[in-house]
Amino acid sequence: MNEKLLLKYDHIPGINTLAVYRQHNGYTSLEKALKTLKPDEVVEEVKKSGLRGRGGAGFPTGMKWSFLAKPEGVPRYLVCNADESEPGTFKDRYLMERIPHLLVEGMIIASYALGANASYIYVRGEYYYIIKILQKAIKEAYAAGLLGKNILGSGFDLDLYVQPGGGAYICGEETALLESLEGKRGNPRIKPPFPAVAGLWGRPTVVNNVETIAAVVPIIQDGGDAYAKIGVGKSTGTKLISASGHINKPGVYEIELGVPVEEFIYSEQYCGGIRNGKKLKAVVAGGSSVPILPTELILKTAKGEPRLMTYESLSDGGFATGTMLGSGGFIVMDEDTSIVKNLFTFARFYRHESCGQCSPCREGTAWMEKIIKKFIDGKANMADIDLLWDVQSKIEGKTICPLGEAAAWPVAAAIRHFRHEFEAYVRNPQSINEVKHYYRLNNLVEA
Amino acid sequence: MAKVTIDDITIVVPDGTTILHAARMIDEQHGTNIAPPTMCYYSKLKATGGYCRTCIVNVTQGSEKDPRPMPKPVASCRTTVMDGMVVKNNTSPELLEARAGVVEFLLLNHPLDCPVCDQAGECHLQDLSYENGKEGSRFEFPKREVEPDDLGDKIKLNMNRCILCYRCVKVCDQITDGRVHGVLYRGDHAEISTYIEKAIDNDFSGNVIDVCPVGALTDKTFRFKSRVWFTKPVDAHRNCAHEKCSGKVRLWFKGDDVLRVTARKDRWGEVEEFICNECRFDKKSKHDWEIEGPSIISHHSVINQNHYTLGKLQLGIKNQIKHLNGTKIDLGEGALNPNNIEK
Repeated sequence: MNEKLLLKYDHIPGINTLAVYRQHNGYTSLEKALKTLKPDEVVEEVKKSGLRGRGGAGFPTGMKWSFLAKPEGVPRYLVCNADESEPGTFKDRYLMERIPHLLVEGMIIASYALGANASYIYVRGEYYYIIKILQKAIKEAYAAGLLGKNILGSGFDLDLYVQPGGGAYICGEETALLESLEGKRGNPRIKPPFPAVAGLWGRPTVVNNVETIAAVVPIIQDGGDAYAKIGVGKSTGTKLISASGHINKPGVYEIELGVPVEEFIYSEQYCGGIRNGKKLKAVVAGGSSVPILPTELILKTAKGEPRLMTYESLSDGGFATGTMLGSGGFIVMDEDTSIVKNLFTFARFYRHESCGQCSPCREGTAWMEKIIKKFIDGKANMADIDLLWDVQSKIEGKTICPLGEAAAWPVAAAIRHFRHEFEAYVRNPQSINEVKHYYRLNNLVEA
Repeated sequence: MAKVTIDDITIVVPDGTTILHAARMIDEQHGTNIAPPTMCYYSKLKATGGYCRTCIVNVTQGSEKDPRPMPKPVASCRTTVMDGMVVKNNTSPELLEARAGVVEFLLLNHPLDCPVCDQAGECHLQDLSYENGKEGSRFEFPKREVEPDDLGDKIKLNMNRCILCYRCVKVCDQITDGRVHGVLYRGDHAEISTYIEKAIDNDFSGNVIDVCPVGALTDKTFRFKSRVWFTKPVDAHRNCAHEKCSGKVRLWFKGDDVLRVTARKDRWGEVEEFICNECRFDKKSKHDWEIEGPSIISHHSVINQNHYTLGKLQLGIKNQIKHLNGTKIDLGEGALNPNNIEK
């Protein structure tokens, strides 16, 4: 049976309150950390655990923490990135909604490890009700002496704030998030300097995803070594997967890293197979920005080995035949899906969310959307496929922040694996109207 | 000190120097043309650069200690050199292709209305597209259109021409008090604007005209008076009472009339010293000024060349083609015809 670390108690009624949370081992990790571990020892445990950033990039968390500059007399900050805005990803929402104290506890432990006396949870504006849930949890924690001055008699002080964002995808990029948190326009900063040296208000800052911070709680509870035993190779621990699309049981699943993709899609324990008995066509494995893979490549790698839900296995073969685990936004598409129409939805999104600072992304995302629209309107020709490919290649790697890549990769992968579908729409423009499940285009309001 | 090699030329520069500045130092010392073009970077202002992506270069060796190449092209204006770094700019065909892509993006929504634009002839976007772009456009959709706007009674904003370099925003932030203009909206809708059409009202505001690399911000006291190449630039100065203004300017004569006053610009097209609005807009008689002599204009624009044949940068590329082992570079039709090449 699959071991759960984060969502072990999510079904317990009232787990969102401090009292019930404490009955289920709540804040015991915090006590352990404050009373028996030095800050550096907490960092060491996280390093041992092999925990990797759950926001998408998969960077080792312990290493990120050890990069934090610690000049004498300068405050440091921990910022939690709860601006979960990658299409197809909704795991952080579930976690914060159900067990807000898990995040609060993780924030206190992580702040203690980093020596931060003020920490922030930056929540996207659309999660309005979650902001209230978090604020209630924080209020409870203050009242119980878990936040504020001299937490649990340890001499460690921490103030924790919740900051609503304005609802921009770009503010999930860590430096744009920091700008927004400072009250400025949410534009990504040009790096270097990195936040570990000059982040929030120019001070050393660590920005971590909600799930990453929550995972610190079980790591301290059971020790880094125990956490590292779960999973495969360098993909340790458990991961929340937001499963959506044409599956029988969409939802948030906590899996041990290393579950085969095939099992994840078809087993009753997880997605429960494709709905209406249809066949699988393609999967976007890690949120809308990662490359889409057709059935044969998502179930098995190019070498013929079963594809596993791990950072390494999903990216096996590079972008030619692989993809990324990303944020764990697992979007499944059945045989009736139009890849081109789906791509248009993604392209519209990235056009709309581009901040407009650097020219390749600002102009390129809008251009790509317009070209893809030609396919939907039945006005495209074969040269447009090559043009689209060329435009995405001119964006990728030329931009300030990763949004450029996020916009370019889905386009590249759709052409790489489903070029025949683009060609079919050029040859037979009527065929696009036969796609039934898709919303009608004339319902779209032009931005 | 750090040793850096750019396009096969080595220079030793102080630590903390950017790749762009190292390349400019090479150009100044050797008379070469290896410095990457810039549209948003401005050495006289803080925290500029990184937006336009025209100055990207390939770093093929990170440093002596860590010789790995950098995985993506980097913005040379914001990347500092490391000891032993090796950089490829004009010697990398892939990079020139990538830069041509950036130029294409910058021109995507640009109206290309040079025949009616006051900036024509001293426009950095013109220079950039002649020297680094390709012929023709692959963009077949309607361009973005925004109504031209007045920023006060002296400055015209034509947002259609803007490439969002943010230089004017930085000028207002850093050399004038109480900025009231900035960037509105986002993505391809982003616009430079004064909020609720509030006028820029301070005595240094005219400098946004000089820093604008395109014709988005133009001088209303000069608009449509003359093409810039019909005017004669002359350096002059006056004893300006404004504490921040040096009074050192460039006058643009047509006959005996001063048609406009601008700040002096260096060989990189950047203002040497910012000037006040009184010098710029109100002193339009030659009797207001002590004339120093004709200006030397070293920026590779039509105002000092009077023709667009083969730009110096392309000459540089041609000289470097021998390094490329026969890799073909398309400079446009007729570009390598000896009759077109400047002597």
